[in-house]
Amino acid sequence: MLKLRGHVSYLGSRDQVPKLLHITENRELPRALRDRYALLDRQEAGRLVSIPEGFGAVLVRRTGIPQALEEAEYQKNEVYILPDDYDYLAEGDIVRLSPRTKHMSVVFRRGTPNNSILLTERCNNYCLMCSQPPKNNNDDWLLDEAFDLVRMLPNDTENIGLTGGEPTIYGDGFISLVAAVKANLPNTSLDVLSNGRSFANEDFARKLAAVDHPNFQIGIPLYSDDPVTHDYVVQAKGAYDETLQGILNLKRFGVRVEVRIVIHKQTLPRLVQTCEFISRNLLFVDHVALMGLEITGFTRANLDALWVDPFSYRDVLSQAVNVLRTAGMNVSVYNHQLCVVNKDVEKECRKAISDWKNEYLPACDSCTEKAKCGGFFSTQILYKHSDYIKPFNSGSVVHS
Amino acid sequence: MSKFQPITFYSKEPGNVSEQYQLLPFRFTRFEDSSYVATNIAGEYTILDHSTLQAFVNHKLTATDPAYITLRAKHFLSDSHSQMGPDLLAIKVRTRHERLAHWTGLHIFVLTLRCEHSCPYCQVSRQSEDKDAFDMSLQHAERGIALALESPNLNIKIEFQGGESFLSFDMMKFIVETATVLNAKLPQPKNLSFVAATNLAVITEEMLDFCAAYNIDISTSLDGPRDLHNKNRPRPGKDSYERTIAGIDLVRKRLGRDKVNALMTTTLASLPLVREIVDEYLTQGFKGIFFRPLSPYGFAIKTKFFRAYNAEQWLKFYDDGLDYIIELNRYGVDFREYYAATILTKMLTSQDPGYVDLMSPAGIGLGAVIYNYDGAVYASDEARMLAEMGDMTFKLGTVEDSFETLFTNDVFLMALEESFAYSSPQCNDCAFEPWCGADPVFHWGQQQDFSGKKWESEFCHRNMHIFKGLVSRMETDPFVKNLFMRWANGC
Repeated sequence: MLKLRGHVSYLGSRDQVPKLLHITENRELPRALRDRYALLDRQEAGRLVSIPEGFGAVLVRRTGIPQALEEAEYQKNEVYILPDDYDYLAEGDIVRLSPRTKHMSVVFRRGTPNNSILLTERCNNYCLMCSQPPKNNNDDWLLDEAFDLVRMLPNDTENIGLTGGEPTIYGDGFISLVAAVKANLPNTSLDVLSNGRSFANEDFARKLAAVDHPNFQIGIPLYSDDPVTHDYVVQAKGAYDETLQGILNLKRFGVRVEVRIVIHKQTLPRLVQTCEFISRNLLFVDHVALMGLEITGFTRANLDALWVDPFSYRDVLSQAVNVLRTAGMNVSVYNHQLCVVNKDVEKECRKAISDWKNEYLPACDSCTEKAKCGGFFSTQILYKHSDYIKPFNSGSVVHS
Repeated sequence: MSKFQPITFYSKEPGNVSEQYQLLPFRFTRFEDSSYVATNIAGEYTILDHSTLQAFVNHKLTATDPAYITLRAKHFLSDSHSQMGPDLLAIKVRTRHERLAHWTGLHIFVLTLRCEHSCPYCQVSRQSEDKDAFDMSLQHAERGIALALESPNLNIKIEFQGGESFLSFDMMKFIVETATVLNAKLPQPKNLSFVAATNLAVITEEMLDFCAAYNIDISTSLDGPRDLHNKNRPRPGKDSYERTIAGIDLVRKRLGRDKVNALMTTTLASLPLVREIVDEYLTQGFKGIFFRPLSPYGFAIKTKFFRAYNAEQWLKFYDDGLDYIIELNRYGVDFREYYAATILTKMLTSQDPGYVDLMSPAGIGLGAVIYNYDGAVYASDEARMLAEMGDMTFKLGTVEDSFETLFTNDVFLMALEESFAYSSPQCNDCAFEPWCGADPVFHWGQQQDFSGKKWESEFCHRNMHIFKGLVSRMETDPFVKNLFMRWANGC
């Protein structure tokens, strides 16, 4: 797992407010540009004899700090000392540096298709298995920063995600951000994760559609055909109706919608019925994703109420996929390893885990299907994964 | 964990308290001894045992009963947990009736009544050399084309029937070419397609060239193996089977393997041969078969063919055939029964396949319209057969009439209204109504009643049996459920 955010040492003194900076290793960058960049210095121990001036920040490894440098030099130049976790940083990445809290977040990595912008940690759902447990603090600054970030992203960015918390809590601010993404990144596809409840308001759905983003999809979870089960899973009374109404409104105005179902002990008993419900009532949604549990956030607290070994529900998963596939719907299975699903859903299994938290078990090294397999969440490796992980061998007929 | 509420927190209202749910429109019909099929207004079904049904309708079903959760999710009932049922039902019902707004898409031209076959079950054909007496005139054809292109439907299919449609090949050519030219001149040209019903006995290279040039589909008749087919479909030379098979082969070679489909008619001689008939279709490379009973029209009645077997005998034939086809699929052979597939689409999806006999409002006129060889316009193929027997009830007018005059024909509109199954006696409280249809021509022909007394209706009897049979097969066998889901979705 890559560390994307955390504590850093700050040796500067000039800045108080957080700022977004591009990463560069180019020490010769023209001075006029330097305050928008963080100079990443990878020099070996003691080799850094002087710090080029004018950069927005200078990032050095602890071992790179020369003894001889005056303290004033650090302060003048906004030097941050990074732990080794950030060795992956590269030219063109974007970081947020918060001097007061001595915190760094990597908010964009150029070399990956999996960049998401966290817009808020607030949410009106409180899902049993939330991977990003909601907080109630005002974090409006995240939206402000997102507007800045959108203008910093390279315009060949393939895809960007907007996520939360619940991104639509900003109302019109959210709509404006989508418009800003469309205006600034015309070639970038945009994926939003939302609980969809805000779109029960028809006007709000109409406003989003009116932005007319050419390559937009919103992923909305529907955990059951049974309103009580859905409301229980998201811990919010009335959420089922608002989410369903939201999906209907979005589709009425032509917005691409993906319905997402996380499979766990609470959703599994009606998984097939839920898929039948979707094929009968929501045939017009653009994609359905059946997802395995990420073992993080609330999932860890509620593990006993949630965990069920994917190998034990493989036949149910096959039938759920079959229902949707037969109805002609686009369906994908996320976060399931190929050795714990039946052969008939292999075509639907996607490598869907973002690269920074995607890993494999040592046992997977000998597996002939590893390249096709989506692998694990890092947190699955750490805390819980199927007991039935078994590498495919060439010549193996286990799944034929 | 304390910050999370247990599921009982979300389920407690209405909880175990009865009478806190509303019934949404639904119907039930006895299925097996102590169980019922219940359908909602959109045609989704569930099986309920007697006591559950009774508790349900008496508002005594408790929210913890698994049946309660299913009934709520399938929109048979509504309670304080969700108000979405009526909206979702409305969307499904609207989807089901979507094609009504598009108006008539299938326009059938009866090019000639002449035919070199003399099938005893045929409704209409004539053995005659007299082209003037039984062929469509240019003038009538031109008017028919104009009417077809006047339909608001953006997908227009022109079907040629007979007699033997290729005995009037020049007229077929004229209609295809003229319709194509006129369509291209429309402000918004329609998606125009053609299909020719033919016994393939007289088809020539020239005709196939023409079909290839205009992408004309071929619909032929194949009653089963050689002996049965030739017995059912006599022609000079007694070689109907040989000519049909050779024709099918030729069409596939020239037009493509999916360009020909075949229909069978069940005669008394067919009854013991259902497997052989299916095998014949398999041998000839078809992907399915449509088991059709004899229609009570035309020569079939005169020659007593129609009464040669009763409904029970035909249903046994149908059941045996369907079970055989299911067995084939179990062994990996992809083959289907198209009548079942049509009904399953209505059972298991929100779509309506638009099959004329199983539509309500009735499919006559709205699903298809017939331009007869003599310029008469009929509301359906069966309507013109009734007319051949002297009953002009479903004659909408003639091709000289305007589109508006034809489709506001008083008798036609009355037939639609009176036969509308949702408000028709016995149909209105039948669980199978959403899967069934109104067939005013059949019931008029049999009972001189557009709606029909359903307890005496063979249409009703036959379809009820098939509906129950389909439900029972998929309820008892997950393989069949999955197979039927594929048939329902046309994949």
